[in-house]
Amino acid sequence: MTAIYKRELRSFFVTPMGYVFIAMFLAVSSFAFCTCTLLAGTDSSVSSYFTLELIIMALMTPLLTMRSFAEERKQKTEQLLLTAPVTLPGFVIAKFLACYTVFAITFLVTCINFPVMFAYLSDMNLFQYNSVTALGGCIALLLIGAVFISVGMMISALTENQLIAAVGTLTVLAALLAAAVANQYIGFAPLRAFLSWLSIYARFSNFSKGYFDIAALIYYASFAAVCIFITVRIYEKRRWS
Amino acid sequence: MLKVENLVKKYGDKYAVSDISFTIKDREVVGFLGPNGAGKTTVMNIITGYLSYTSGACTVDVYEILENPTEAKKLIGYLPDEPPLYPEMTVKEYLNFVYELKGCQLNRDKHIMEICEVTKIVDMKDRLIRNLSKGYKQRVGIAQALIGNPKIIILDEPTVGLDPKQIIEIRNLVRSLGRDHTVILSTHVLSEVQAVCDRIIIMNKGRIVADERTDRLTELMSGTRRLSVRIKGNKKEIQEMLSGIEKISYAEASRDVTQPDGITFRIETKDGADVREEIFYACAERKMPITAMETVTSTLEDVFMNVTRENARKKVKTK
Repeated sequence: MTAIYKRELRSFFVTPMGYVFIAMFLAVSSFAFCTCTLLAGTDSSVSSYFTLELIIMALMTPLLTMRSFAEERKQKTEQLLLTAPVTLPGFVIAKFLACYTVFAITFLVTCINFPVMFAYLSDMNLFQYNSVTALGGCIALLLIGAVFISVGMMISALTENQLIAAVGTLTVLAALLAAAVANQYIGFAPLRAFLSWLSIYARFSNFSKGYFDIAALIYYASFAAVCIFITVRIYEKRRWS
Repeated sequence: MLKVENLVKKYGDKYAVSDISFTIKDREVVGFLGPNGAGKTTVMNIITGYLSYTSGACTVDVYEILENPTEAKKLIGYLPDEPPLYPEMTVKEYLNFVYELKGCQLNRDKHIMEICEVTKIVDMKDRLIRNLSKGYKQRVGIAQALIGNPKIIILDEPTVGLDPKQIIEIRNLVRSLGRDHTVILSTHVLSEVQAVCDRIIIMNKGRIVADERTDRLTELMSGTRRLSVRIKGNKKEIQEMLSGIEKISYAEASRDVTQPDGITFRIETKDGADVREEIFYACAERKMPITAMETVTSTLEDVFMNVTRENARKKVKTK
């Protein structure tokens, strides 16, 4: 399992993919950070930055996950991994962790913006309010990253075409986020209730208000776990059919 | 070492493998032979745990592949039909990765070096796999299968796409592996199994149609012994003389009659009887000199064509 993890992590940096992801993510995040906080004047708020960051993550995650299973399958290297003495969950989790490591490190780098900003913040009340929101938002986004990556990997496991994997992931993630918006236009109450329960964004908005919602964090972690489980089942199913 | 019992694999309604059983002993070199789509690769994929079977059992040493997959897989080194290589790695990095993947507990550098020497890829070990020729890629694939000294080595068409010199080298390698390992290889090149295997299992349409020791198989199939005899003399007279010999079931002059030293006859005998002496005395009596006589043994090609034919005249299944 560690062998797969190490190889996977390494493969991000012997191909341009890892660098492209990190560079783009940092550039776009920093731009969002500047426009939402430093340059926004009186409208300045960390929560609007987090909302934008959520969308950026949804757009960038496919870059990270599209290769994971699709490429192995195309190159037939998955045959090596699946006939090696490694369990199926071990194989999937190792790949997930490799993607997640790249994401988490990149994301934590963007978080350095906050201490720097707060160091120059003179208003004590604003500092307290914003620093708590920032901390909560960062933790929530770290977990949402796990959700996005697990969704991306699940879709990558379904195809051997990286492009299909990327576009499919983007579609699903967009749908997950759009559920919150679409919700307002749905008349049927039970469906509305279900969608707002499912919605990643609706749960995230609590964090933007400075409220640390543990239930949401558990929801995100479970969501990721279910996607990983389904990925394992996809592989299991393929062996049997 | 390896026991397959009543193995069945269905894809939807189609049987890829239907009810096959065989046992492979320790240090045996077994060849899987069959036309494309016969189910060779499926069987290998099942043995290595890549695919599951629909019913039956497959036991590697003492471990059932579906019940104890991790333990069973530790005993197997597998080269699939396409070598599973990462193009962006160097050969050395790749072999190191496989070493870790298999969780080996050997002296790493020494072990990998030995394998590179055996497969003759020492000079290539710092090159990117992407830049290797097909033959070298194939060897890296074999090297990968050897890592960790598995008891069973399974090679799916190891010589496809190689040049004749490489083919001979790989064959020699397989033969030398057979000294300390159990080797299973699949191929549709007949001379290959004849050259390296102790035993041949012929598959067709998901079934085993023959399972025999290599030397026995050719013998078994030649129920009728064939002779090629060249005799000087009148064609009609020779024909009459040959039909006078009781044990001959069939004799026919070859169409090529231009040879100055006689006419060639192809002769088949009943129940594999040896009629060389009878022919000699009969010819001597009539003063018709024999200028050439040889027995025609049926090659593995004949065997293969025979057993894979839809309604094989004879099913060899002795085990």
